[in-house]
Amino acid sequence: MTARGASPIPLRHRDLLPVLLVPVVALAALPLVGSFSTWVTLTLAGLAMGMIIFIIASGLTLVFGLMDVLNFGHGAFISIGAYAAALLVPALAGFLHADSLFYNLIALLALIALAMVVTGVLGYAFERVIIMPVYGQHLKQILVTVGGLIVAEQILVAIFGPVQIPLTLPTAFRGSLVFGDVAIERYRLIAVVVGLLVFAIMLLVLNRTRVGLLIRAGVENSEMVEALGYHIRRLFIGVFMAGSALAGLGGVMWGFYRELLTPAMGMDVMVLAFIVVVIGGLGSVGGCFIGALLVAVVANYTGFLAPKLALVSNILLMALILLWRSRGLYPVAKR
Amino acid sequence: MSEASPLLNLSGVNTHIGPYHILQGVDLQVPRGALTMLLGRNGAGKTTTLRTIMGLWHASAGAVTFDGADITAWATPDIARAGIGYVPETMGIFADLTVRENLLLAARSGPIDEARLHWIFGLFPALEKFWSLAAGVLSGGQKQMLSIARAMIEPRKLFLIDEPTKGLAPAIIANMIAAFRELKKSPDTTILVVEQNFLFAKSLGDAVAVMDNGRVVHAGTMAALADDRDLQHRLLGLHLDQHQ
Repeated sequence: MTARGASPIPLRHRDLLPVLLVPVVALAALPLVGSFSTWVTLTLAGLAMGMIIFIIASGLTLVFGLMDVLNFGHGAFISIGAYAAALLVPALAGFLHADSLFYNLIALLALIALAMVVTGVLGYAFERVIIMPVYGQHLKQILVTVGGLIVAEQILVAIFGPVQIPLTLPTAFRGSLVFGDVAIERYRLIAVVVGLLVFAIMLLVLNRTRVGLLIRAGVENSEMVEALGYHIRRLFIGVFMAGSALAGLGGVMWGFYRELLTPAMGMDVMVLAFIVVVIGGLGSVGGCFIGALLVAVVANYTGFLAPKLALVSNILLMALILLWRSRGLYPVAKR
Repeated sequence: MSEASPLLNLSGVNTHIGPYHILQGVDLQVPRGALTMLLGRNGAGKTTTLRTIMGLWHASAGAVTFDGADITAWATPDIARAGIGYVPETMGIFADLTVRENLLLAARSGPIDEARLHWIFGLFPALEKFWSLAAGVLSGGQKQMLSIARAMIEPRKLFLIDEPTKGLAPAIIANMIAAFRELKKSPDTTILVVEQNFLFAKSLGDAVAVMDNGRVVHAGTMAALADDRDLQHRLLGLHLDQHQ
């Protein structure tokens, strides 16, 4: 190649303002919270929560961005992933209750793998049976995917009963690490690591592979991708399965975070996931990541400083972001 | 297929878009190794013809035959893989992808061929200059160059190009003409260009078809149409004295 990389033309302007939002909000909250240790605890808890929301919402934003599908059924995969993992818990009890971080991690990975395989396969069936007939028809998509969510939830009720099922944390993940006055729950650190790993893998796939290139192009202009000779529908199926599997992973992480499962746990978190997707910019993985962290830390600070506002803090945050950037933090070109 | 048979043949093609009957029996032959201009007033059905060939809108009646195969009901990716490069009126570039990534995606069969890439850089030097830049920040002319380069990045039997000069400055149009002349040098290359700019069409076209109200109302050589001002006026409403 020639010296194309050494072009004197300045590279594209990097839009870093959204990246600065989370640190700016966190620093602004410090004097309001008052106590440094409380602030650190709130911030880290928010980041951990944000990572789990990101895992859940990332699949949703990809499916919406590429396939233009409003998939309310995403919540079903969150619940199913968590319940699938719970089914394997008795078999892995020895590993989960061992006083060894290594065995606990092995058990967690096995639970995650099972949840992702189950939800990925179900995602394939969901796309073929429920989504495929309603491509391009948003109203019908809402109706059939909400229907799918309700049916899935009721199937879980029929199988596991309407009661809450406890999901005990592995031994090494319980308790907190204490640094001076600051206490950090161990599981939250695990959630941060898993969230960062998922984000890194998604960035790697999207930016360094041909499939990622196709997904990014498809999010912008799926018709042109087809005109270049690629079967976008096949890509749709793969992305839908990956999105469902990510929901399953999010379900396991969310279940352990709450330490209990309910059939409606997926539906409960869907509103939050949609808020994150809208804040981030429909179809933007980077925007989804920042949006998830932002929603979670703002919810934590608001819950501490003005508990009565906590219920509406997400909606207020979304309204403010959309007033600033009407198409979200990182709008994708076509939208 | 024999060399004399047209590479692309449309026979009685009808296309409906929703309740609208756009193409009303299009008959069009695109000869091999030639550049055919598809002319006509706004709304005549030129863009719909290209989109129907590409399978982006399916014909409700009639047949589209490409290189001997009936592609009327084929899916768009299969039509593209049969050897057709398509440049839409909207250019269809991926704005969030870099120039490099746009071209990489179009090179379906693997890595970009270096020799061909340098040939394209010779035609469109701006693409080399802005290689690592997001395509969305390019100017209109540069985007058009990228869109055409993307179709050319691998050899194709047929190029379908929709209004390549639309909204471009005269200097860029001259650049386009040079690029098309270069592309025409290959005897295996067949091109069908939809165009509104008659001077551009006249300078490049070998054959011409003129559309009106969803039908081809005239087909012949470009030279014959260029020499017949009455015909130009009747078919296209042109008074070329004002332009020449």
